[in-house]
Amino acid sequence: MKLIFEKSVPGRKMTLLPACDVETVELPAGLRRASAPALPELSETDLSRHYTELNQHVHGVNCGFYPLGSCTMKYNPRIDEEMAALPGFTGIHPLAPASATEGCREVLDTAKQYLCEVFGMDACTFQPAAGAHGEFTGVLLIKQYHLSRGDTKRTKIIVPDSAHGTNPATAHMCGYDVVNIPSAPDGCVDLEALKAVLGDDTAGLMLTNPNTVGIFDENILEITRLVHEAGGLCYYDGANLNAVMGVVRPGDMGFDCIHSNLHKTFATPHGGGGPGACAVGCKAHLAQFLPQSALMDGEGHIQVRSFAGNFLVVVRALTYLMTLGREGIPEAAQNAVLNANYLMQKIKGTFAPAFDRICMHEFVLDLSEFKKQTGVSALDVAKTLIDYGMHPPTMYFPLIVHEALMLEPTETESRETLDWAADVFRQLFDLAHQDPAYMHSAPHNAQIGRPDEVRATRTPVVRWVKA
Amino acid sequence: MGSYVPSTPAERQEMLKAIGLSDYRQLYRDVPESMYLEHPLDIPAGMSEMEVGRAVSAMAAKNRVFPVILRGAGAYDHYIPSIVKYIPAKEEFLTAYTPYQAEISQGILQSIFEYQTMICELTGMDVSNASVYDGATAAAEAAAMCRDRKRRVTLISAAAHPDTINTVRTYCFGTNDELRVVPAKDGKTDLEALKQLLTDDVASVYIQQPNFNGLFEDAEAIGQAAHAAGAMFVMGCNPIALAIMKTPAACGADVAVGEAQPLGMPISYGGPYLGYMATTTKYMRKLPGRIVGQTVDDKGNRAYVLALQAREQHIRREKASSNICSNEALCALTASVYMAAMGPGGMAEAATQSMSKAHYLAKGLCSIPGISMKYDGAYFHEFVVEMPRADEALQALEDAGILGGLPVEGGVLWCATEKVSKADLDRAIAIVKEVCTK
Amino acid sequence: MNFPSELKYTKDHEWLKMEGDVAVVGITDFAQHSLGDVVFITLPQEGDEVTAGESFGDVESVKAVSDVMSPVSGTISAVNRDLEDAPENLNSDPYGSWIIRIEGITGTEDLMDAAAYEAFCAEEG
Repeated sequence: MKLIFEKSVPGRKMTLLPACDVETVELPAGLRRASAPALPELSETDLSRHYTELNQHVHGVNCGFYPLGSCTMKYNPRIDEEMAALPGFTGIHPLAPASATEGCREVLDTAKQYLCEVFGMDACTFQPAAGAHGEFTGVLLIKQYHLSRGDTKRTKIIVPDSAHGTNPATAHMCGYDVVNIPSAPDGCVDLEALKAVLGDDTAGLMLTNPNTVGIFDENILEITRLVHEAGGLCYYDGANLNAVMGVVRPGDMGFDCIHSNLHKTFATPHGGGGPGACAVGCKAHLAQFLPQSALMDGEGHIQVRSFAGNFLVVVRALTYLMTLGREGIPEAAQNAVLNANYLMQKIKGTFAPAFDRICMHEFVLDLSEFKKQTGVSALDVAKTLIDYGMHPPTMYFPLIVHEALMLEPTETESRETLDWAADVFRQLFDLAHQDPAYMHSAPHNAQIGRPDEVRATRTPVVRWVKA
Repeated sequence: MGSYVPSTPAERQEMLKAIGLSDYRQLYRDVPESMYLEHPLDIPAGMSEMEVGRAVSAMAAKNRVFPVILRGAGAYDHYIPSIVKYIPAKEEFLTAYTPYQAEISQGILQSIFEYQTMICELTGMDVSNASVYDGATAAAEAAAMCRDRKRRVTLISAAAHPDTINTVRTYCFGTNDELRVVPAKDGKTDLEALKQLLTDDVASVYIQQPNFNGLFEDAEAIGQAAHAAGAMFVMGCNPIALAIMKTPAACGADVAVGEAQPLGMPISYGGPYLGYMATTTKYMRKLPGRIVGQTVDDKGNRAYVLALQAREQHIRREKASSNICSNEALCALTASVYMAAMGPGGMAEAATQSMSKAHYLAKGLCSIPGISMKYDGAYFHEFVVEMPRADEALQALEDAGILGGLPVEGGVLWCATEKVSKADLDRAIAIVKEVCTK
Repeated sequence: MNFPSELKYTKDHEWLKMEGDVAVVGITDFAQHSLGDVVFITLPQEGDEVTAGESFGDVESVKAVSDVMSPVSGTISAVNRDLEDAPENLNSDPYGSWIIRIEGITGTEDLMDAAAYEAFCAEEG
């Protein structure tokens, strides 16, 4: 595909603005840029066709099955998009007077009320723009809490070794030392390992439940009790909330605060990497530490970005929440779990589940034995799936399972799709035994073959330059 | 109740049976009895699509959309070409995940590569990342990337956006690092005060260009002072202004960041917006967030991938300088389509018209007895005036469908873009005149 | 896999060679092999103090990053800046590609000889 710059023709343009109807004012000479930026010059036809071509080289949830573990790639309803595009939302200035923004505040307040109920929390903010940003906000709540009590000796955040990389990175950004604790073989918290590191220097624990291998930690009440007993607080990473929303609440598990990715659990689209939005909920004892905007609300609070957050994403999530309502929310969770278990059951006998037991909304396949037998790796399987029209599962995560493929089908897939997916996995299992070489070089029918990643990073080319 | 679960009740029973279970409760057998919710959530019942559409539209109807907006302060109401709304709404762009699987993500990867190139063109810098959350977090991430073991202190101008200052303060609070706010004098960064604050533990100096008061800073002098003290220089620039304004690269900046909402995103009560972030080749590997790089595939064809990933949290974990994972990819796409639709000429036209209209408005307002410019100096599309009966005047404007300037300390901060016509401006000036001279 | 007998080794997979009072440090063949293609190296400054068992830099492959630990405590007297432009030399010639030289040595980590290190690597798989 040609780059947009390679399609540019000097002098070509669209007619977008009227002539200036006031006297033209020029920048003083010393403030002007030396030459115009080399942005592309195109007609509207050029532009439309360029991006249509790019769009044809993207695999969206609308294109087909997307079992990307830990990412909750459920269907993104169109009505949510329609609501977010209402001029009554898009045309509102964040600093407009209160009398003109009643509807925006109703959106935020209603969504907060519903999510507090789902979380089992007392207060909530939507200021963070993504999951990791919500983690940062949540851990800063913990930090402020301890400091407000004059408790300055708490310098450590405990993170299981199975955690997503954002957890330790977040703790570090909040000035904490990270204490990694080994997980039990089933990915659950090893209570003895936890007890061994708890102490009066414990600021808190970051945990996701169900955990990163898709298992609900049945010791959760004991875990949160132990942390509280040591004077620490418990942070719930809501990455896996889709398994349990409306069925069990993080607040009832003993957590003090939570972040939830609206772009996972609450069906807002991922947009090729963002924008997401994040709700951070907390119990009453942390509510006073929630972030605000200096310009909208006044000084004196922490603030993690400008204004009130990714408002239009909250509109989408609220539309979804109102659609599902009190019965639809647990229904979605239950069917996410059912679909995962059904798919795991159907794949069994070929690729081996890392944990052969009832899972939550996702499960991990362990391909290490398979690789020993066939020489075909998890990467090879993932890349071959592309030729079959399936987005690969999450690869090599969590780190505690070697040759891992993590599958999360979500509740918005039909039984036929799951049957088809299981059949594809079975075919690949056989193919690996017959023609492993084919899989080593897959994909064969994709937009590109395997890219040279070493070259991309050793000698980076990160922008187009005119030849 | 609404639902997006395709399977029928009969199918669900069969699927449960296939895994050897008879009801959903058995799926949750690890959940302790004491916390399993036996009663439904205390929220309303679900609704059909038509009902939800009505209910949410009713909320939107409770807002008031002003046909004329003369308020900016970090959210700018520029004209958005029609095509800019349609392209990012295409379902594949909209619903795809982060392009980790390059073989089925070339469209997104190439669009990001093109975005990075456009940001480099706009700023004059060598390398851009794929986006961060917004302008305020871009400033905070820049401060973090400038720190090393010995230099930990961040300096930020008091003439920057209050939300940016507070966000940078919060990130510094996180890492237990010091933030010093450089005082403003006559609405701009006080260069002499800055020099006093530039001790040998200062990592970076941040200024906004044009600043919160709309004024152009003497960026080169500030950059020289920062460099003379061994600190890095970070500029937060309005991307529309950059179509005509001296680039951060030409001003000596080491990192260029900013709020790219003006590039085709509606004001939307504050988000989603777009943080851009670019630096020099020297600091490329300190840049946080995703970066797309060009390479070749196994057949030698041009291809794009996420490059330099070892900088990021999923590999570096607690040693990563940023935890950013999701960014604002679709907003970056929006900005790219905007820049391509406008082209260099259209961008410059939007910038010049915004500036010209702001000057026309300032002149008109200052012709009213009792109203005067608060600060001297060149300004872009925002300016502060001192005026009597500001609240009354703003209310009268609102009654006429005009969102007037923002009351700030010591005055009112006004903004104009190419979207407002001379007739709108004349009407606004007449209303203010009537209130202020009665 | 190559384990030159004239070198000493750490359990973090660095090698050390004494040249008079100066310690020369690099990463082992085993280390470069586990990392895969090295794409970048972060180097310290001349004159920096290093502590035995603590990190003085890191090496990156496409999908991994690994700290490089100092086998001894002392002061860095030289840094091999050529590696910044050619990190792939750590793959092609790990024992010819020294990373830093350390003088004024005040302490040492537990070091292994070639035979012990080879056995250690065999155990790590």
